[in-house]
Amino acid sequence: MEYTREELLICAIARMLDGCKNIAVGTASPIPGSAALLVQALTGGASRASILGSDIHNPFNDGGPELFDRAGQGRVDAFFLGGGQIDGEANINLVSTGPYPEPDTRFPGSFGSAYLYFSVPRVILFREEHSRRVFVDKVDFISAPGWSPPGVHRPGGPYALITSLCIFRYDRERHRFRLDGLLPGATLEEVRDNTGFDFDCPDNIGPVAAPEPDKLALIHSRIAEEISETYPEFARNRLGWQG
Amino acid sequence: MKAPESYISADEIASRIPDGALIGVPKEDGGVAMEVTRALVRRNARNLRLLTVPVSSMQADMLIGAGCLSEIETSGVSMGEFGYAPSFRRAVQDGTIVIRDATCPALYAELQASEKGSPFQPLRGIIGSDVLANRADWKVIDNPFAEGGSDPIVLLPAVRPDVALFHARYGDRYGNVWVGPKRECVLLAHASASTFVTVEEIWDGNLMEDERMLAGTIPPVYVDAVAHAERGAWPLSLANCYERDGKHLQSYVKAAKTPEGFTDYLKQHVYGEQAAA
Repeated sequence: MEYTREELLICAIARMLDGCKNIAVGTASPIPGSAALLVQALTGGASRASILGSDIHNPFNDGGPELFDRAGQGRVDAFFLGGGQIDGEANINLVSTGPYPEPDTRFPGSFGSAYLYFSVPRVILFREEHSRRVFVDKVDFISAPGWSPPGVHRPGGPYALITSLCIFRYDRERHRFRLDGLLPGATLEEVRDNTGFDFDCPDNIGPVAAPEPDKLALIHSRIAEEISETYPEFARNRLGWQG
Repeated sequence: MKAPESYISADEIASRIPDGALIGVPKEDGGVAMEVTRALVRRNARNLRLLTVPVSSMQADMLIGAGCLSEIETSGVSMGEFGYAPSFRRAVQDGTIVIRDATCPALYAELQASEKGSPFQPLRGIIGSDVLANRADWKVIDNPFAEGGSDPIVLLPAVRPDVALFHARYGDRYGNVWVGPKRECVLLAHASASTFVTVEEIWDGNLMEDERMLAGTIPPVYVDAVAHAERGAWPLSLANCYERDGKHLQSYVKAAKTPEGFTDYLKQHVYGEQAAA
């Protein structure tokens, strides 16, 4: 069976979203968006995807604050975040490198991360560039911390980290990443060489599970069509959408 | 339809926003008053402080590039799929603007406190971040309602913009403006000392007397002046009316990568004859 890296990641993320009733996807996230729509399709709508930037897949109407209000109530089960830098404790930096506030490189800003990382139970970190520039020992600026000391109200937090080389799971007790699977062509050595933080690794690390045929078929038909509303180029170039 | 006599022009709105004012503006898809933004650049506005609700794109970048802003409070400034915001990045890296980094719901909370006339609004999360560490005006208290043990929670101070500024789909001759589901514009209008609005179309009738329009309408008690500006959000989008002008945004990002390119852009699209394109 042939599949692309995007299809593999969509299916891998879909497995992580199992049991999530409300899945929210933020800006510039075609792969997480496709995964959320896939889970919605597979569950017959029992899981609900809300895709930022979509008019159709956004079943809410109360303006900008609504997502955060819902998350604060525990009504958002899964969300996706990235980071200009991410460190081994899952601290994320969306602000800048170097000194603050006059940095070496300025990124856009923290967006909702400092809130949603605390309130959404399953936050999946998605950052394709797997390099020591991104995956650092310690972030220069904490937009949102990977963990909080006892006594700080925190039902949410990091769940996994997905890169162009591998998938890590996050251990919330130990505040560490554990390698969970390699993407096709990637090796453990390559992951180590390009990761600036220390992580746990099982003795026999295997590949990320291949896409299930039924999921793959659904991606090529319904999901490509649905995601094309928000990400037409992605749907056309990566999922073979013919629209 | 002809604009009502009570309406003023986009340039008149810009002239009624004084230098040094704190201006609250919505995010890219919330109805951004780009025509007034260009007018602010034309009138050489200085020392404005921008509160983005909660993020911004070209509006913030253009005001920064033109030297109109001394300060920005934001959760993010980005050109989205067209890349980073060049003037914003340059100004922050060079230290020519004061940046007050925030996170989206905290900015809503600051305005919600102002809307209620409360001194502050509590919000979960944020604790342990460098966002909080760099905000002397954000406080942490122990939740007084907690049962057993300590429960720290962040308090956001009320922020009352001098001016709320946005572009809406409809305005009528009674001074009402309709923003539909853009509740952040309603919040901005309620929370701010004054509100200026440009509208895309003139609504024939009274928006407050049509029950289908009522809930999305802001009445004149909150609105100080309205201007008619067709394609007033261009090159950004207006919901259900027009998409953003991707080609133009791309050319802006390219031009703004250098100060010279940015100046050329202003000459052509803000000062020049094509400004009303």
